[in-house]
Amino acid sequence: MSMTHKDPRNLSLNDVLEVLAGSSVPILAGGTDYFPALGEKAVPDQVLDITSVSELRGITQDHQGWHIGATTTWTDIINAELPAAFDGLKAAAKEVGSIQIQNAATIAGNLCNASPAADGVPPLLALNASVELASLNGRRRLPLAEFINGPRSTALAATELLVSIHIPTLSEDVRSGFFKLGSRKYLVISIAMASVTLAADKNGHLTDVRIVVGACSAVARRLDLLEKTLIGHSVHSDIMSLITPSLIDELTPIDDVRGSGQYRKLVAHQIVMRLTLSTLRQLPQCQQPKCLAESEEQDS
Amino acid sequence: MTTFVGTKNTHAVLSSIPGPVRLLLNGKPVSVEGGPSQRLSAVLRDQLGTRDVKIGCNAGDCGACTVLVDGDPVCSCLTAICQVSGKQVDTLAGLKDSDPIMQQLMRSFLVHGAAQCGICTPGMLVTAVYLLRQTPHPSVQQVQDSLGGVLCRCTGYRKIIDAVVNSTGVAISEGASTGCRSESSKCKQSVGVSIQRLDGQSKVDGSDQFGDDVFPDNAFLLRLIRSPHHRASFHFGDFNKYIDEHSGIHSIFTADDIPGSNRFGVIPPFIDQPVFAESIARFKGEAVAAVVGDADAMEQLNLDAFPITWTEERALLNPVEALADDNLRVHENAHKNVLCEGLVQCGDVETAFGNSHLRVKGRFTTGFIEHAYIEPEAGYANRVGDSLEVYGCTQAPYMDRDSLSEILALEPARVRIVPTSTGGGFGSKLDLSFQPFIALAAWLLDHPVRVTYTRQESMQSTTKRHPSIMDVDIAVDATGRISAFKFEGVFNTGAYASWGPTVANRVPVHASGPYWTPNYRAHTTGVYTHSAPAGAFRGFGVPQAAIAQECVFDELAEKLAMDRLAFRKLNALDNNQPTVTGQTFDKAVGIKACLESLELPWATALLEASQFNQKAQATGSSVRRGVGIASGWYGCGNTSLANPSTIKVGVSKRGDICLHQGAVDIGQGSNTVIIQIFAEAFGVSVDNISLVGADTAITPDAGKTSASRQTFVSGNAAKLSALALRKIIARRTNCKECQSIDIEGSVITINQGLKDEANLDLASLPSDEEGYVFKAEESYNPPTKPLDENGQGIPYALYGYAAQMVSLDVDTLLGTVKLQYFTAAHDVGRAINPQLVEGQIHGGIAQGIGLALMEEFIPGRTENLHDYLIPTIGDVPPIETIIVEVEDPHGPYGAKGLGEHVLIPTAPAILNAITHACGAKIRDLPATPDKVLAAIHSNTEGC
Repeated sequence: MSMTHKDPRNLSLNDVLEVLAGSSVPILAGGTDYFPALGEKAVPDQVLDITSVSELRGITQDHQGWHIGATTTWTDIINAELPAAFDGLKAAAKEVGSIQIQNAATIAGNLCNASPAADGVPPLLALNASVELASLNGRRRLPLAEFINGPRSTALAATELLVSIHIPTLSEDVRSGFFKLGSRKYLVISIAMASVTLAADKNGHLTDVRIVVGACSAVARRLDLLEKTLIGHSVHSDIMSLITPSLIDELTPIDDVRGSGQYRKLVAHQIVMRLTLSTLRQLPQCQQPKCLAESEEQDS
Repeated sequence: MTTFVGTKNTHAVLSSIPGPVRLLLNGKPVSVEGGPSQRLSAVLRDQLGTRDVKIGCNAGDCGACTVLVDGDPVCSCLTAICQVSGKQVDTLAGLKDSDPIMQQLMRSFLVHGAAQCGICTPGMLVTAVYLLRQTPHPSVQQVQDSLGGVLCRCTGYRKIIDAVVNSTGVAISEGASTGCRSESSKCKQSVGVSIQRLDGQSKVDGSDQFGDDVFPDNAFLLRLIRSPHHRASFHFGDFNKYIDEHSGIHSIFTADDIPGSNRFGVIPPFIDQPVFAESIARFKGEAVAAVVGDADAMEQLNLDAFPITWTEERALLNPVEALADDNLRVHENAHKNVLCEGLVQCGDVETAFGNSHLRVKGRFTTGFIEHAYIEPEAGYANRVGDSLEVYGCTQAPYMDRDSLSEILALEPARVRIVPTSTGGGFGSKLDLSFQPFIALAAWLLDHPVRVTYTRQESMQSTTKRHPSIMDVDIAVDATGRISAFKFEGVFNTGAYASWGPTVANRVPVHASGPYWTPNYRAHTTGVYTHSAPAGAFRGFGVPQAAIAQECVFDELAEKLAMDRLAFRKLNALDNNQPTVTGQTFDKAVGIKACLESLELPWATALLEASQFNQKAQATGSSVRRGVGIASGWYGCGNTSLANPSTIKVGVSKRGDICLHQGAVDIGQGSNTVIIQIFAEAFGVSVDNISLVGADTAITPDAGKTSASRQTFVSGNAAKLSALALRKIIARRTNCKECQSIDIEGSVITINQGLKDEANLDLASLPSDEEGYVFKAEESYNPPTKPLDENGQGIPYALYGYAAQMVSLDVDTLLGTVKLQYFTAAHDVGRAINPQLVEGQIHGGIAQGIGLALMEEFIPGRTENLHDYLIPTIGDVPPIETIIVEVEDPHGPYGAKGLGEHVLIPTAPAILNAITHACGAKIRDLPATPDKVLAAIHSNTEGC
């Protein structure tokens, strides 16, 4: 197939993969990380603008679950009709930068940039997301936790493109939330953040607990110990008393201009408590008025 | 830079762009040449001429460059031109004509005073149009959520919120809130009227021209080589080779090329800053060389390859270390790195401490604060025969002129400074920054040369607020009166003096606050370090000193078990009581009036807080409400130094009254206020006045826009020139006295309907070389007296006074602070334009919020607007302003200055409210959540 007269605004995925196989052209998506990183250096002669690949944008559902295309913007996610399990992801989308940034920035860009403070990572980890990577040699899927393997580091090979994010089918009763702590209201990088996904059986026992904290370790991470501790407990019991500070000890926050490591650890615990409580209250099993009335967050 | 090495196949994909990118810009099809990855913002400004799109940061942090792409707002600096191929791009320049929502919004911005300097206004308007298209009647919250991505440093956002929320309520014919403007030229009352800014239209239609908007197309572009280290020696390599290897470079300039003196500064005995560093760079970001060439080539140029070898040297960054280390001096002649000291003392402090009832000490520290105006420094210079012209943003055209004349060894008359609109200044644009580089290059190359600082350059290299270490020790007698007061302050002035001496002098004069303090000693030391120079920033060190004093006042009141407002009122300076410099005023001391006006809001807020906290405790909430108060005072004009302003006016044959007004309007409103004062004094409507200037070739020296002096000093000069012109006209018409003046066309009517009525047809009279029939030029210099060795004297002719209170919530488990509202009482003597007064108060409070809660510039670390945080539209709560008018006999119509006062009480009021809410005492600013939480914990442990 000759591509000499092809309109570059309508590249196919295969075109993109061919370019990646043969060169080191920078990939451009929303540009919201690309251009700031470029700073005042001259723009390159060529970029591979993957927002021109129409098949990479949008959200679809099939028997496996949900598929979010790489160049789907945060605004797309905010406006999409999605089940309540996505409320945490939507809440995170609304906290990304500003509406200008949400209109341009893509979900794959947020993952590939791999900032420890990426707003999209905690809710996607809490949704058990995996990423699909494509190259001319084929496709592979990696759990998100394996894809981001360090601060500013991913498992993406130079010849590969992150084409979509997959979220396994979620029951209608799943609820999720997101909390971001920053030093100002808008356009702010998190000091700490958390996302929680919860589900309970018809008796009100927690069957699925996923708790993720961001900006408090090199990569946002799930709190396995805490999750295991909460599983099986009734939503009507005093869940809050189970969330002890020792259960978030797996976090290894650093000191930076936004806050000290010690502070991050303290607030991570608070954020997880508050978010777990507010997400519990969203569960259909917990809609009775008396539920959790006694487990208001405690004053220390 | 990534270079593309493509295979044949991939090359085909990427190179197959069918010619230029085509898009629909403001309804018109356009095509763009050049690469696909050019930033849309650069293309819009440089190729397509839509310079209404402003670039503030080039990183998506400020939103000034917002445009609509297919109706959705995006930052054009983060958008590649290829990404808008075939799409519709709308900017203010198009929407102002095509979109009725935009037209309504622009009117609303004018009516509400929502634009000050105007640099953020296009981005605000474009984003707000997007909101109003979806939501014609938005709530405050919706406006904040939508405009959260556009930063403004002037307005404090509240008037922007008002303008957007109420845009549909603004009638097409609506003028000023008083309606006076709509009666047009028949209305002669100007002073005290909230007329719209007279330079406002161009700010809301995108046509206002800032430093980067005026250069001619053929101008060469200049870029600077700057030190990558806090302190470094350096050696240049082979310039000729570099020039040969890079086409389009015309020249490289260094210190060796400067014809005059390679030094500049703002205070004659302390001129120590080189244009280009010579052999050693003293701070990270200091310029050592400039490269000049064709704009396209310069934009592509990789400065990393510039032939220079750096050797990093040991640097002094901490002022305490600098004071202790005499082996390393930032400047050879500065023993122990001391720039200068300041002292004010009166009474007998030690004896008074001995006799005191209660005494509280405290140490307070603050960091560098960046001005963070949204307009980075920019301008262009041109040689015109034997003269040099410099266009760009500035606060001090005559100082710029005189400094450049020294640097270039040209007589001052051969240097012309033409200020463009200035997109915020707040003190930093008083100093030279970009001007010497382009002036030198344009002079030597005999060709226009332009420069635009990047956000990083602006933050690295221009002046900052002085970091401070302040020890205060204050005692009261048994009745609660301040009996003794000691202040010792170390102010880090960075690598060069700039306004360090002013800070060292101003602080001791003001550190008592507006309180009667009979036994007082305040001493300051300005210290050099290897940091960006600290200079002028709204208040010259006084906001820092107020933090220390006002926070200790709260501790004293608490120990006395006195209400905190009552304690301040008891000690408030009164008429006929001496200030700490021994000056007395027989009237016009307005602090008590300010405090009294807060008594009711204060009592209400305390009650609300107590009820809130009872409920919070009962429900187990971790949120506590607190209320804080603080006062401030500020002397208007230079400290004990002459600082005259001169205003000229001419009347043409056609009846134009041309006011040569050189007081640079950096958003604060001098282009409006000075005309209001002139019109009032001359007795005509402001509509009759045409504004000329500022421009050193045609406007006399109205001094610098600093020290809250323009309304007071230039306002007086305008008033005097109006009165002089009246006299001239009365004499010309043989009227004994000029009681009223009316102008219709070219005919002036004096004393209409009175016995000595006279008409004068200007068209029939001879005019001078400027085209004027009548002309008057008058100066005003505030009466002051020098300070003696104890700081006793008359530093200022007048002071302005302020008291602010704030209600806020602290989340005691997260350390976060949520501001509820401010009530701000300001004694402005006479509000020449109440709406502009409110605008200053709002903007000052916003900067005070930043100082208190989030701002700290760390050299080498927070050199952008996402690591250096300033308040967004969601961080400034509602502000109720109370305008207090205790007229000053020296002020024009009683007016006092205001520009700096507005910031002084804000930060201490916030810190005091945090303590009131939860006991946490923040003594090292800013009060970020981690520091607040740590203070809450240490407070709990202490109990």
